Amino acid sequence: MNALADRLRRPLPLCLLLGLLALVAALTGLRAGALPVDLRDVFASLGLARAADPALAVAVRELRLPRVVLGLLCGAALAVSGATLQGLFRNPLADPGLIGVSAGAALAAVVAIALGVTHAAAPGLLPVASFAGAALTTWLVTRLSQSDGVVRPAQMLLVGLAVNAVTGAGIGLAANLASGEALRTLTFWLYGSLGRAGWEEIALAAGPMLFAVLWLPRRARELNALLLGEAEAAHVGVNVERLKRELILLTLLAVGGAVALSGIIAFVGLIVPQSLRLWTGPDHRTLMPASALLGAALLTAADTAARTVAAPLELPVGVLTALLGGPFFLFLLLRLRDRGEWL
Amino acid sequence: MAVSLAAAGLIYTANGRRLIDEVSLELRPGEVHALLGRNGAGKSTLLRVLAGELAPQAGTVRLEGRPLADYPPRELARRRAVLPQQETLRFGFTAEQVVALGLYAHAGGPQRQRRIAREALAALGLLALAERKYPSLSAGERQRVQLARVLAQVWEDTDHPRYLLLDEPTAALDLAHQHGCLLEARRFAASGAGVLVALHDLNLALRYADRVTALIDGHVLAQGAVRDLLDRATLEALYGVPIALLHAPGEALPYVAARPRGFRRDAGTPAAAPAPPDHGNG
Repeated sequence: MNALADRLRRPLPLCLLLGLLALVAALTGLRAGALPVDLRDVFASLGLARAADPALAVAVRELRLPRVVLGLLCGAALAVSGATLQGLFRNPLADPGLIGVSAGAALAAVVAIALGVTHAAAPGLLPVASFAGAALTTWLVTRLSQSDGVVRPAQMLLVGLAVNAVTGAGIGLAANLASGEALRTLTFWLYGSLGRAGWEEIALAAGPMLFAVLWLPRRARELNALLLGEAEAAHVGVNVERLKRELILLTLLAVGGAVALSGIIAFVGLIVPQSLRLWTGPDHRTLMPASALLGAALLTAADTAARTVAAPLELPVGVLTALLGGPFFLFLLLRLRDRGEWL
Repeated sequence: MAVSLAAAGLIYTANGRRLIDEVSLELRPGEVHALLGRNGAGKSTLLRVLAGELAPQAGTVRLEGRPLADYPPRELARRRAVLPQQETLRFGFTAEQVVALGLYAHAGGPQRQRRIAREALAALGLLALAERKYPSLSAGERQRVQLARVLAQVWEDTDHPRYLLLDEPTAALDLAHQHGCLLEARRFAASGAGVLVALHDLNLALRYADRVTALIDGHVLAQGAVRDLLDRATLEALYGVPIALLHAPGEALPYVAARPRGFRRDAGTPAAAPAPPDHGNG
């Protein structure tokens, strides 16, 4: 048993296991719902087998498949972004949601909608707006969390708290001033949902997000060195300024895309990398790819749960991740304190 | 081409204060060079300027005749390693993983990295801690692991001379490990590396350094061979406290002791007393 556990700490076996988990989550997501579909029809709807019921196949392809793809994509993007931010700022509690980056992206998108931007009128403008919002808040949060040129982890959380409060109010205000339709999407932005975006929107944002998810793990060794401190990383040969720019840009692509497609889904970027750190340690060479896979699995499974536990009612998926994430955050705080690893 | 890490006419100003004032220094391969001075005299700042971490307003730091800024980061990292005064690592790497972080700029697979990391750990007597989580170590153990990381970075003889810049590497160490640390610095120097080490303990400087740069308020008070400089007058000027050089029978080098005015504690009769007569002067 111990030998097995040890083996599952190594990168390749761990990633294979998590990949399998993501696959199971995806297939379960395609099967489960108001109308359960058996596995053969799922394969049929994907064009992998002959369809027994063409209408059912279309329903799965057009209704469930986008959600599952969105879950895999946004889950991976958020988890990898979380892992990157935690390494970049040497802050074990950094999460795009907690430090306000997601909220900034959402506010920008909501303002764009309030100003009349729709997907039909200007495809692609929404992801661009949320990317810009994420960029602006990241700049602000980073600036305000610094003293003596060093980013203070605890201060970053406090700044994130303030940014979340202000942007949350901004989202509420914009939604109230806008039309009724926008008001209905308020919960979408604040709590996230994988049910809004269709194929066209996914196609627009998926490219940059996928690029970030695949590229960021290539910076694992640099992120490891960065944990020593920025000056120390430079001393061991990392081009720190260039690295920081690259990491932040890629994180913004990932988070901006995820928020544009699915609203604010908090805690995925915290729960996933942190539970993996507890399991395999902080080495980013394992952590980054494993985070992408576990994030994909977790968000897909959470979404499946969100639309089935109270069916026909659908819970916002962000409510579910927050239900998991809040207690986990507390557990993490206590554990870090006990081990002397506190901020 | 000058074979050294050399700086000429360095000036570094921060917040309107001149922290480094016209300092020149040459660190040669094969020598241990001690950086002395009071708290705030500019030792750490000078070390960080020499490491290329801070850019001086005037003067240039050259490695083998080439300005530091001209080196690609990885190439520089293979030639010189830096031990900062404070470590801030809070993530749960094992000690061995921390040491391997020093090998970022090096080619070679995991086997080679593991071998060098373990050799560096062994050199500092840390092999037993290799699998321990870094944050769970004591302050002294952490400092030795960081030193092992820095040594690993320039562990193997390359085609070029290597340099080590150590900022108070003995600050958290017990007596035995202080000497162990400087013995390792001497061993590195003997293998052809240049070692610059900021120190507070004058007895360690006297015993392990070849040359000394003494800083006061950011400028050089004295610079040269350690035997020529560590006399009572220089030390008193440097630290602003009465100094005694004490000779132990059978030892060539004296021990440096501070004798602050107004306090002296003899066996049984604590009383103020004048500074004792000087027993030896260099």
